[in-house]
Amino acid sequence: MFRVHHLIVKNQGFMDSQNNNPTSANKDVINTNPTITGAEIVIRCLNEEKVKFVFGYPGGAVLHIYDEIYKQNGFKHILVRHEQAAVHAADAYSRATGTVGVALVTSGPGATNAVTGIATAYMDSIPLVVISGQVPVPAIGLDAFQEVDMVGVTRPCVKHNFLVKDVKDIAATIKKAFYIAATGRPGPVVVDIPKDITAHLAEYIYPKTVEMRSYNPVLKGHSGQIKKAIKLLLEAKRPMIYTGGGLVLGDGSHELVKLARALNYPVTNTLMGLGGYPATDKQFVGMLGMHGSYEANMAMQNCDVLIAVGARFDDRVIGDPKDFLSKKRTIIHIDVDPSSISKRVKIDVPIVGHVQSVLSEMNELLAAENTSNDISAWWKQIDEWRGVKSMVYTNSDIVIKPQYVIEKLWEVTKGEAYVTSDVGQHQMWAAQYYKFDQPRRWINSGGLGTMGVGLPYAMGCQFADKNAQVACVTGEGSIQMNIQELSTCAQYGLPIKVIMLNNRYLGMVRQWQEFFYENRYSESYMDSLPDFVKLAESYGHVGMKITNPADVEGALKEAFAKKDKFVFMDFITDQDENVFPMIAAGKGLSEMVLKKDNKERHED
Amino acid sequence: MKHIISLLMENEAGALSRVAGLFSARGYNIESLTVAVTEDPTLSRMTIVTAGSDEVIEQIIKQLNKLVDVVKVLDLNDGKYIERELMLVKVKASTNFKDEMKRMCDIFRGRIIDVADNSYTIELTGSCSKLDAFLEAIDKTAILETVRTGASGIGRGDRILKI
Ligand SMILES: Cc1ncc(C[n+]2csc(CCOP(=O)(O)OP(=O)(O)O)c2C)c(N)n1
Ligand SMILES: [Mg+2]
Repeated sequence: MFRVHHLIVKNQGFMDSQNNNPTSANKDVINTNPTITGAEIVIRCLNEEKVKFVFGYPGGAVLHIYDEIYKQNGFKHILVRHEQAAVHAADAYSRATGTVGVALVTSGPGATNAVTGIATAYMDSIPLVVISGQVPVPAIGLDAFQEVDMVGVTRPCVKHNFLVKDVKDIAATIKKAFYIAATGRPGPVVVDIPKDITAHLAEYIYPKTVEMRSYNPVLKGHSGQIKKAIKLLLEAKRPMIYTGGGLVLGDGSHELVKLARALNYPVTNTLMGLGGYPATDKQFVGMLGMHGSYEANMAMQNCDVLIAVGARFDDRVIGDPKDFLSKKRTIIHIDVDPSSISKRVKIDVPIVGHVQSVLSEMNELLAAENTSNDISAWWKQIDEWRGVKSMVYTNSDIVIKPQYVIEKLWEVTKGEAYVTSDVGQHQMWAAQYYKFDQPRRWINSGGLGTMGVGLPYAMGCQFADKNAQVACVTGEGSIQMNIQELSTCAQYGLPIKVIMLNNRYLGMVRQWQEFFYENRYSESYMDSLPDFVKLAESYGHVGMKITNPADVEGALKEAFAKKDKFVFMDFITDQDENVFPMIAAGKGLSEMVLKKDNKERHED
Repeated sequence: MKHIISLLMENEAGALSRVAGLFSARGYNIESLTVAVTEDPTLSRMTIVTAGSDEVIEQIIKQLNKLVDVVKVLDLNDGKYIERELMLVKVKASTNFKDEMKRMCDIFRGRIIDVADNSYTIELTGSCSKLDAFLEAIDKTAILETVRTGASGIGRGDRILKI
């Protein structure tokens, strides 16, 4: 405590001396506008960007900025309980709204706490601006109190980062940060600002536009390639449309639906892409990948022309590329990021461009073509695969089946809720059984697989849409990784509904141990769980414990009827349930294992 | 296959670490990397010597282009180019080595730039393989120390990397 105090006094002294000696920069400028502090510049830039919420946590290095937050009345600052949650909440806010999420943290531990959030956003290409405090410039590199090389630490998990060393650069840097975060393939941008810089004075000039000779994201796709793609699609016998998170982030869903309907071709979405195509539509064959539906994976494996839209053929989607490439097919790939193309799988027709613009051009071409392609034989084959009913589970009237809870959640919320999830079995069940008909409603950590995102993600969604139904599907393991946010939810009166599928296990770990380690459940049992009902109540929330399958639907209805209450629902679920179908890590799409009830089945 | 990649990037703090970090994070191989400011002080030029299959090289070029600070990337192997590296070699110059060192240095068109009682320092420029050949050609036991700059590369004739 003493040290912190001491440091602040020291910094204050430093700041004063700076104020007395205007920097040489100030002398150069012909002072037409009044000068303001770096901290005030930060605030004005954020308001200029029309930021509505800043998720953050104060500390020594950002005190000047917090003082300006106190004085302003533009954006609203949301005080979380841990910096990781600040970044996750900003991330979810971005996913739900399509705008850039903003987080603010202090130097050192504040900054390192934010790193998991930044890496999570990076893996899913979410546009964020994260402002971190830094020790004063003269102290950098001296192992000063609460110093960490934030630019160095975050370099591998940001789209770009900046260390601002001159107050005159703050505005232009923040402008660039928003521009870089939101354009091209989006991603998080860190702006690290030393404390003394936030006290220095400069004229406030916010640039209207950004020009960077080194950064020019492609927008329009190559029209020759687009024509080629349409031709291939129309000649296909077994076509398949495969879309990912890029379609959702690029707001291309509307155009994709138009294209798919015009062609009457089957569509699958990745875990990140759910909602990109309406799940209740008859052309939708379900999610694909490690826990995808039989029909989606079989259609992916056996198609002759595949169009991938904002999806990247990752290991959880196609498994082993060798197995995938053992079948011949022509692949068209639309992506805004050229490095996503031909990374794991060679692409025949690459189209680099913004998905929305490329798809709308395709739709125009297709309308002009005025032909159609009859693929009824292929649909017949797909319907046969559908007949396997890979998503069927056996319900019970004794113990609550997790899948059943999600099905009822979908019904009770009429499929319209924002559903956030943590990471584990519950995440897969949520993805499999909640049918998303709209993009930006399914919010999960697909790339990094970060346990603990669920609750802060729900906060971000609730801030994005204060009247919406927001459900956080979580496990008793994951929820405890950011459980402190129950307090934030109380402070801001967020009426989130937590749907906890409590199997008393790190279920996904247990499942792998059952399958691949002969039931040696090493450290996967979750002992000493709190009484979640009492815990929720201690924050002023409503707690519910549901143990009987017959009570599931009623409890959900009751919870969602409490429109202005945060409700924590502890569903005691079947401990032995596993996620099926499953493709083991490193195996291929043709090596899918179905549930025991479906009789095990491998395609040769 | 070995490739020489030339790139122009913003001459900003940390730019080099972004490139080096990219190579280590993605497991790409770096044989050498040289960087210095250009005649335009806002730009640095880097030459990276790397090796990999065509697919890996394609990814390297794409990933480099993706770095926000990188202005232009050129795979010199896509056309004709010249490659030069500088090496300083300190060799034993005792009576039994003296003549051989002088002779080898002449054959490889090197220069002796420092003479001490028992050693010569030889300066040699050329392609990486020429420098390798020199080290192969002289008696290994005579080598006291070597230092190499890594290759710099430039396209031939009209192949110009400029913004
Ligand atoms: C931060 C973090 N640590 C560890 C893991 C590895 N992991 C993946 S799923 C899982 C179990 C999650 O348990 P729970 O939240 O109870 O969900 P369940 O699988 O039981 O539904 C673990 C430990 C992870 N994904 N993230
Ligand atoms: Mg669990």
